[in-house]
This record gives sequence, C-alpha cells and structure tokens, in this order.
Amino acid sequence: MDDIETQNLELQLLLQAIYLKYGYDFRNYAKASIKRRILHRLTSDKLPNISAMQHRLLYDEAFFGRLLLDLSINVTEMFRDPNFYLAIRQHVIPQLRELPYLKIWHAGCSTGEEVYSMAIVLKEEGLYDRTQIYATDMNEVVLRQAREGIFAINHLKQYTANYQKAGGQESFSNYYSAHYDHVVMDKSLKKRVLFSDHNLATDGVFGEMNLIMCRNVLIYFDRDLQNRVFNLFKESLCDNGFLCLGSKESIRLSVHSNTFEDVVKEEKIYRKKISQNIL
Amino acid sequence: MKENTVKTFKAIVMGASAGGIKALGIVLSAFPKDFPVPVLIVQHLHPNSDSYLIQMLAQQCALTVKQADEKELIHASTVYIAPPNYHLLVEEDYSLSLSVDPRVNFSRPAIDVLFETAAYAYRDQLIGVILTGANGDGSQGVKLIRKLGGYLVVQDPATAEAEAMPRAAISAVRIDRVLPLEQIGPYLVQLINRGCQL
Repeated sequence: MDDIETQNLELQLLLQAIYLKYGYDFRNYAKASIKRRILHRLTSDKLPNISAMQHRLLYDEAFFGRLLLDLSINVTEMFRDPNFYLAIRQHVIPQLRELPYLKIWHAGCSTGEEVYSMAIVLKEEGLYDRTQIYATDMNEVVLRQAREGIFAINHLKQYTANYQKAGGQESFSNYYSAHYDHVVMDKSLKKRVLFSDHNLATDGVFGEMNLIMCRNVLIYFDRDLQNRVFNLFKESLCDNGFLCLGSKESIRLSVHSNTFEDVVKEEKIYRKKISQNIL
Repeated sequence: MKENTVKTFKAIVMGASAGGIKALGIVLSAFPKDFPVPVLIVQHLHPNSDSYLIQMLAQQCALTVKQADEKELIHASTVYIAPPNYHLLVEEDYSLSLSVDPRVNFSRPAIDVLFETAAYAYRDQLIGVILTGANGDGSQGVKLIRKLGGYLVVQDPATAEAEAMPRAAISAVRIDRVLPLEQIGPYLVQLINRGCQL
C-alpha cells in the first residue's frame, strides 16, 4: 500500500470516527473536496497525518467543532444567481398565490442569505404573511449567524446589484440597517422563519412542504447520498410542490427523475407530479 | 529498450488566466480528433460569463469541448472546461465534481484545486500545463503534481501575454519543459503518443 492509499484509508477511518463519536455522517460526501478540506486543516494545525487528527478530534470536542465548520459548506450570498429569483417571481409565485397557506423548506441554509432573499421576494409579492419558512442546517454555528441576520458590509454592493437583477421592487436598503462593518437584516424578515437543526445525511422528513430550496448542497454528496436526499425531498413535498436546486445540479440523473417535471429547466426549478398511483 | 522505460499519460490538466482564451485556442488546435486522453481546463473567467469560451474553443479544436458537469465520468478525446464560479475537482474514480468552496488565490474556479485533486487521481500519469496569466494560481498544484511524479509543461514567459503565472510556476518547482506557446500543443501530442523517456 503506497502513501496515498494509506492516506485514503486514514480519511475513511476519520469519517467513520466522526460518525461514531459525533453522529455527523460525511461518509457519502464526494471525496475530493472533503480530502482537500481535511488536508488544509492538517497543514494549518501542523498535525503530522490524518491519524493524528483522528486522535485529536476523538478527545477534543472544541477541535471537532472547528473541523465541522471546515467541513460544512458556508459559501452563500444574497439573491445568488439573480435569474433564479427572477424565475421564482415569474413562474412559481403565481402558482403559490393560489394556496391559502404555504410552507417552504430551505435545506442546508448555511448562514441564511438565501432565506432572507426569499423572504424579501415573498414580502414584495404579498405572500409572506401566509408563509411558514423552515430554514435548516446541520451546523449550529452557521445557524446562529443565520438567526442573527448580521452580514459583513463588504458584500453589500454585490447583494444590491443581485437584488435589482432579481426583479427587486424597492430599494434594497429598506431591508437592512447598516452599521460600521456589518448590516443587520430587518427583523420582520425573520418573523415567519424557523431556524433549526437538520442533517440531510441522517435525518428524516419533518413536514409537508409546498417548496423546497436546496441550492449547491448536493454537489458535495456522492450519488448514493444524493439519491437519499432526493427521496427525502420527494416525501417532503406535496403534489405539485416545487423543488429548487443549484444551477449545476439536476434531478435528471437520479432514480427519482420521473417523479418531477421541469418548471424552469435552466434554473433547475422542478415540480413534483401529481400522485403516482394515477399513473 | 526495456518495457518500463517509457511512461504513458492518462490525462492533461491545463490552467490559464489573463490572455488564456487565445492561448488555449492555439494549444488545443494541435490536438487530433482521436487524442487518446481527456483535457481538463481551468480558465479564470468572470463569474457571470456565459459559454462563449466553449463555443470559441470548439471551433478551433477537433475534440469535443464541453463545460464540466457534476459527477460525469471523464472520457478520452474530450476537453472539459470548469464552469464559471465553480471549482472543478477530479475524483479518484475518474469522475468530476464541482464545488462552491471559497475562492482560492482570489479565483473560483482555481487552477490549484483542479491540479491538486487531479494529481491524487492520476498521480504520475498526469501532465500539468500552465499558460499565460497575471497571478500565482497553479503554483501549489504544480508542486503536488511534481511530488506525485507527474510531468510539467509551462509556457515560456517571454511568449506569454501575462508572464506572472508561468513565472510563479517555474519558481515553485522544477519544470520538465518550458516552451513557446506555439510548440506546446505539438509537444503534448508527441508526449501523449510516445510517452516520455525515463
């Protein structure tokens, strides 16, 4: 066995150790990215090898907390891919408007930028007050940031431009108050949002949703885990419920492809077809 | 000649930045339709840029040129371009994955991310190529390719529209061949067809 194979074996053992000790299951994540993150932490903490890291994380929960942050996907932005939000306004909102009450699930919401973006769209479209939003992530640290709704001010210019491209109807500055180096999102935007802990790799269905957003999370999973999550989404959506993925993700190569029809193909907005037993 | 004195290669990774679109066209135009390896490319682009790079390169190149798709298996005779705003990674089962991890060297896609993951997958059967560019992206990647026994080709800075990136690669590690832009494509064809003499 050469060095790289030994390292891969150590990585496999590390992921198993994390699962057994802490319950976070990274065993079916796409390997290349997770290996890169682990090796970075290894270098920056000056650990000799992954086995040494395994020893450390088994005995040091604070160290694991930092590693967990490395391993979760924390890159997001307000109105990410503005055309997606424009498509939501044009093709999804008119259909949601027919419903008396709606439930939305942001799965893997990270620090919450897209949750606030959607809240703004719903507000401007007059649907916010009859919506319940569930925003979930596996990581408590990012959830806390999401709940606080405080974001660094240096991204504001881009967020404002995104908002405008996404069909924003107001001035974006109506939705936050600016301080020295950060902005605080308007409290009303989280009135209908419940932030809570949910792990796509291990947890199950918790409600029936009209729309699920899960953007740029599945790219980190292998095919087996992707299929698990697609099944979870299928079971969590009501008939005609919408599923929104990231721009490079698709349900078309999964075993659940037939359950969904395209709504806006290029923006990866799908809709769950009406009951299977009619077919 | 003994059987193991010629090394053969399974894939080429290529990184380019400022001036890269033109340079890539020149390099790729040398490859024949039945080129027996895949070519994986990171060209730094604006995050919102469309697919004009792919259309342009497809016109200049006999190979299939496509944007890399998440989870697709890597095939020979195909050029894969990292999508704007995503990192492109090679899995050790020779499939591709994408990520939206933070920028590396201020770039997403980053050359280092492609080169390092490809180095783990292809080890000594990988050729890494650094072309023109105005930054230092790719330097970590070429180091790992070198460490794992791969082969390195860098554009001669004197022929580069922006020389910082080839210079950074050259000062990072020993490079097997530093070549003027026009010679890189034909040299790679030769290297792939005949392997490299050990």
